[in-house]
Amino acid sequence: MAVALEKSAPLTGVRKISRRAVVAAILVAWLVLFAIFRGKQTLTLAAADLTDVHRWFNDVNDSIGANRNSNPLFLYFFNEIRLVIDNLVTFIQDLISQPSAGRPVPQIGWLGVVGIAGYVSWAVGNWRVALLAVAGFTFLGLQGLWQESMDTLALTVSAVFVALLFAIPLGVWAGLSDRVNRILTPFLDFMQTMPTFVYLAPLTLFFLIGGASATIATVIYAAPPAIRITAHAIRSVPETTVEAADSLGATRRQALLKVLLPMSKRTVVMGVNQSIMAALAMVTIAALIDAPGLGKTVVQALQSLDVGTAFNAGLAIVVMAIVLDRVTTAASAREEAARRSGSRFLTWRRPLLAAGGVVTAVLVYLSHTYVWAAEFPGEGGIGSSIASTADTATTWAQDNLSGITNAFRDGITTGLLNPFQSLLTDSPWWLVGVVLIALGAVLGGWRAGATAAVCVGLLVGTGVWSDAMTTLASTVVATVLVMVLGVVFGVWMGRSLLVDRMLRPTLDAAQVMPPFVYLVPFLALFGATRFTAIVAAIVYAAPVAIKIIADGVRAVPETTVEAATSTGCNTWQIITKVQLPMSRSALTLATNQGLIYVLSMVVVGGLVGAGALGYDVVAGFSQGQLYGKGLAAGLAIVLLGVMFDRITQAAARRVSA
Amino acid sequence: MTPTQTEVPQRRGMPQDSDGTPVISVRRLWKVFGPKADRVPESEELCGLTRRELMDRTGCTAAVRDVNFDVRKGEVFVVMGLSGSGKSTLVRCLTRLIEPTAGELVFEGEDIRDADGRRLRDLRRRKFSMVFQHFGLLPHRRVVDNVAFGLEIRGMSKAERTKQALEVVELVGLAGYENSYPDQLSGGMQQRVGLARALAGDPDVLFFDEPFSALDPLIRRDMQNEVIRLHHEVGKTMVFITHDLSEALKLGDRILIMRDGKMVQCGTGDELVGAPADDYVREFVKDVPRGDVLTLRWIMRPAEPDDALDGPELGPDVVVKEATRAVLAADKPVKVVENGELLGIVGDEEILAVVAGQEGGA
Repeated sequence: MAVALEKSAPLTGVRKISRRAVVAAILVAWLVLFAIFRGKQTLTLAAADLTDVHRWFNDVNDSIGANRNSNPLFLYFFNEIRLVIDNLVTFIQDLISQPSAGRPVPQIGWLGVVGIAGYVSWAVGNWRVALLAVAGFTFLGLQGLWQESMDTLALTVSAVFVALLFAIPLGVWAGLSDRVNRILTPFLDFMQTMPTFVYLAPLTLFFLIGGASATIATVIYAAPPAIRITAHAIRSVPETTVEAADSLGATRRQALLKVLLPMSKRTVVMGVNQSIMAALAMVTIAALIDAPGLGKTVVQALQSLDVGTAFNAGLAIVVMAIVLDRVTTAASAREEAARRSGSRFLTWRRPLLAAGGVVTAVLVYLSHTYVWAAEFPGEGGIGSSIASTADTATTWAQDNLSGITNAFRDGITTGLLNPFQSLLTDSPWWLVGVVLIALGAVLGGWRAGATAAVCVGLLVGTGVWSDAMTTLASTVVATVLVMVLGVVFGVWMGRSLLVDRMLRPTLDAAQVMPPFVYLVPFLALFGATRFTAIVAAIVYAAPVAIKIIADGVRAVPETTVEAATSTGCNTWQIITKVQLPMSRSALTLATNQGLIYVLSMVVVGGLVGAGALGYDVVAGFSQGQLYGKGLAAGLAIVLLGVMFDRITQAAARRVSA
Repeated sequence: MTPTQTEVPQRRGMPQDSDGTPVISVRRLWKVFGPKADRVPESEELCGLTRRELMDRTGCTAAVRDVNFDVRKGEVFVVMGLSGSGKSTLVRCLTRLIEPTAGELVFEGEDIRDADGRRLRDLRRRKFSMVFQHFGLLPHRRVVDNVAFGLEIRGMSKAERTKQALEVVELVGLAGYENSYPDQLSGGMQQRVGLARALAGDPDVLFFDEPFSALDPLIRRDMQNEVIRLHHEVGKTMVFITHDLSEALKLGDRILIMRDGKMVQCGTGDELVGAPADDYVREFVKDVPRGDVLTLRWIMRPAEPDDALDGPELGPDVVVKEATRAVLAADKPVKVVENGELLGIVGDEEILAVVAGQEGGA
């Protein structure tokens, strides 16, 4: 690779101009050939039709199902894992969410859980987040979603527990050893590139549908950020400090325990935060494979287009996300705050903590013993009024705003989406394939071209080529819109600190929210269409792109902008001739991330009428004979993701080289 | 470019007990980074290449090439060079924070290249300590705990190490700050913490890796004076790395000048200024005020028959600057006398050539 780059370096001046021309030529050739071959060899497949591959997947599924209890690999490996995870989940569910041990209620009732939540938040964070936690959890009860919330919490907690059990030691190891880091990085890259919800399907193959699979999927999803951040934290301890400890004769163990771990504690807690947020997002999505909790409520409501209920449950997810996020963020900031606040407070802290512990224990006992403290009182009246308000608002919006929203929707759909989609789906498959490979090679180099070729081949093999092209059309349209938003807001934020300060918290909040939640309001506004899914994907992906571009624009050296101003550039010229060209690598990275985020919403979009691959996956979960097709569709999503990730990353490397 | 080791016996401010056995003795030390680094010091042909050629031929970088020197007990030995000259690598090789590629490293009669992990840790805990350019303090510990860190590593009890640390905190002038955290202190004070941490273990040798380069000029001067004061008070052997010639001349009993990993010259400050080994050193010392560094030994001329020999007497190691007034005030040339023997004489001419030459940058 390095050699290839070096060789091409002197040519870049010539190549850059011609590359644009080559891309244009490819597109023109595509259009011409499209006009000739339109509608031929498009590999369309009706919704209920299957290919041999899909039947083979079904057979594999059946045979695994049949041999689950006889095959040694299952008997001694997968089943054991499932058993352990299942026990853990059931244990926590028995504690806080499900009736257990012959009792009509869980071991710890709502009062106890609220008490524990408040106490823990106070102990690891501060009293403000403790109040937030108490208020938040109580609100969940008032919404009439106590048990669902606790199921979600139980799954999240057990998944995070298992994830951290592996992630933190692995992260420390990867932080200490370059070799381990080199081995882990591609795996982590792959796990994070892979569209989020895709590995649900293969997991059900091994771990059956239900809580265990959901937890394992969540562990897989939640571990990478914690591993990465822990390794990063260990690595960013200044070298001099480690050297100083060495020069004083510290053993490796001493250096680890007294220098590296204490100095990276804060960042590691941020990793825990990331891990928890990822877990919560995944646990709600895992409703697709029958995981209990709030996600299930949302999915069922979405499937029956019951916006009010979906909104109520979505709100509960948001509340839980906010509570978990704030508490863990406060925990990572605590360290310093406590240290600075002086010793007087510290001497009081211990007895106060002990007293709080006693109070919490009393609350737990009460909630274990008395029904009023065990079952959340009231009928969840607030929840139903939230739901009916949401319904009313939806009806109002549909009655009064439908002119605007429909015009907008139809404009985008007919103006952009439909032509592009028909270009992709009505072209012969080999034409699209050649175009993809050629674009990959031109933009990202021969390696990216080769990856594209392999992916195209495999996509054809999955038997869902036509659906993949439909999804690709939506994805590209969504990504283009994401980039438009990204450039507009990113440049605005990058140029103005004030705008940055105003927008950034909103963007951060949007990223914290589980992707599910986005669907609900847009479902209300736009109904169940492809467009709804696209808008939800845009809202999900835009914050990342905006932030990356804003950071890129901000990173342009002040002096360069000053120099441009002093030569008499106006604002528009500064943006187009200095700031955007100089943040080119940020733009490419934003495109990459935007695409991956959009792709990971495809499955979610399948719930609200996006059709194509997303629908195939969702249908595969619910209908046995479509299982194989769903699996193939999931695979196709991964292939699309890998292809575009490779191409954009190669292009990004080119830009920065 | 053979290193010159000018031998001029008996110099002012010489360490009291230079009984001949050096504390640290470095012979043929090499540090080569890169693939199969071992072969470079072994091959005569590769040794002869310049850095650039070596890089092109083997992909290796020779950071330290065939360095030899002795550090005497109680002296301040300065290694000076510009960035990339290999001086920081050299000092790390001395404590094996970086593993040398070849050569001998004898410390108090023991070749520490043979020391195993345990012995090396023991040496680091009790015999050496190091002060770093960027301090390397632990942000999550108070000053006193930072200072006590080395003692903690040794396994000393909390009460004892805190007591010892507090004494050192006092010694470096940080009394009153022992409960602060490093980031609440200025750069100069943070480096005092670094200094205290190095002193706390009562080591035999202190290594300084450009300790004051990150500090403001005024604070740097304070800290240099602090090192001089501490050297007087505790009398440790010190190896001091710097890129600043005036710092080297101010602190160093002897100075080793490095360039591209090789030693160019090793000697006292007045030797470097008075007899630069090559153009590189000459260029380096060009702007040094010669009157501040040179002694009478360097400017005296042999007495000629018509010289009046009844002028005042001065020793050969008196610095020119300090002798100026006496020489100019006397109406006869000053005799330079050592142990009753007349070495030469210094007249107005000689003094003025140095003092006036300063302005011209001669």
